Amino acid sequence: MSDTMDVQLTVNGTQHSANVEPRKTLADVLRDDFDLTGTHVGCEHGVCGACTVLIDGQAARSCLTFAVQVRGSEIMTIEGLAEDDELNPLQQAMRASHGFQCGFCTPGFLMQITALLNENPTPSEPEIREALSGNVCRCTGYQSIVAGVLLATGQPPIADSTP
Amino acid sequence: MLGERASRSGSRYDSARTRAVFSRSLGDQLKSPRFTYVAPTSVEEALTALAEHGDDAKLLAGGQSLVPLLALRLASPSALIDLSGVPGLDYIRREDGHIAIGAMTRERAVERSDVVRELVPLLSVAMPLIGHLAIRNRGTVGGSAAHADPSAEIPAVAIALDAEVVVSSSARGERTITSDDFFQGFFTTSLEPDEALLELRFPVVRPGTGVAFEEATRRHGDFAMVGAAAAVRTENAHIVEARIVVIGVSDTPARRHEAELALAGAGLTGGSFEEAAALAADSLTPPSDLHGTSAYRKHLVRVLVRRALESAARHSQEGG
Repeated sequence: MSDTMDVQLTVNGTQHSANVEPRKTLADVLRDDFDLTGTHVGCEHGVCGACTVLIDGQAARSCLTFAVQVRGSEIMTIEGLAEDDELNPLQQAMRASHGFQCGFCTPGFLMQITALLNENPTPSEPEIREALSGNVCRCTGYQSIVAGVLLATGQPPIADSTP
Repeated sequence: MLGERASRSGSRYDSARTRAVFSRSLGDQLKSPRFTYVAPTSVEEALTALAEHGDDAKLLAGGQSLVPLLALRLASPSALIDLSGVPGLDYIRREDGHIAIGAMTRERAVERSDVVRELVPLLSVAMPLIGHLAIRNRGTVGGSAAHADPSAEIPAVAIALDAEVVVSSSARGERTITSDDFFQGFFTTSLEPDEALLELRFPVVRPGTGVAFEEATRRHGDFAMVGAAAAVRTENAHIVEARIVVIGVSDTPARRHEAELALAGAGLTGGSFEEAAALAADSLTPPSDLHGTSAYRKHLVRVLVRRALESAARHSQEGG
């Protein structure tokens, strides 16, 4: 077996390819080889959720997946959400709700929420919290993130959202 | 050091230059150790590769346990044999008296399966307790069983239900192992170095059975400090059979035979669940660590086993 392998991926609808070491994670390949640095790497062992992307529509940790494992797959990253220069409704709702502060965890949250909303367009607050339980945010206290999802899905705000 | 260079350049952000610095440093500093990557396209090829590479090779299924071990450099196999491209290992099938689940079936698929919910309900209720959604989207049933983490849910369910494990090697072909024999210790199974786990077989639930899986975790989705799985079969408001397995207390999921026997024939009221829970805890000496002392874990066993039994018995009365 050679030391490097060709990896072809469709990322946000665009074909990308690179010749990489098999030990390179999907997160590393997205960032280093495809210059898509919107996917953030935090803990790099699957705990924090910052690197969450969609692999064939399913939310997954890009730090826990070697790029060679998902050759030929469709990947969606945070860069795929906005249309041209316009933030998508979820991004707008997050901004309106102050759903992020430092922004480091935000790409992972938004991709996890995107996966949730693809399956369930109007999740309840407990369903939102369950879906986001694998993503760590050290700034917001989560209230404003949950509020952002409710806003994005046209639902009334949390009854008592005082942090 | 990177910051110094960027600031000394004087410009706000010289992206080409920064990128060169970054890629040079990252190229040498990936998290995982180096390994030979093998991508078989059939079970036969995978088994041949496993036999060739021997003891130092690891099969890569969903990678949700193995890749963190590599990232932390707690494991450094010489070769990884990736099962992503091997067809025919992703299925949930009803067969004679059991549900057969292929090794590469994602945990999320089991969680969503109506067949599993109806016919192996204990496995169904265990699924949401495994990590988080994004982990279960990639993590596999076979991977979790072969990894044999003593705190993991799938091994606990397998032991509770007397599931069978089908393994295979190129030299000796297939064999079927009982869960009791398969899970041998801390991250240790009876798989030989050249053997791959291909399938798990869970017996179909008997009518009148209720199930529950209770856990105590520090944070949602964490590994349980202690967990208790219970299946209770009742007839005419009496317990016919009970299964109890506790995790987080020993090297393997701990079946609690004594407590199970004490429940056989007991009624659903009175102190039988409390007594069984005390029996389940009595003979255990759980480990102490950062997350809880031995005494605390023992207390949790008693509380969680009682809750699991009560909940399982209630469900059995509701018709499963």
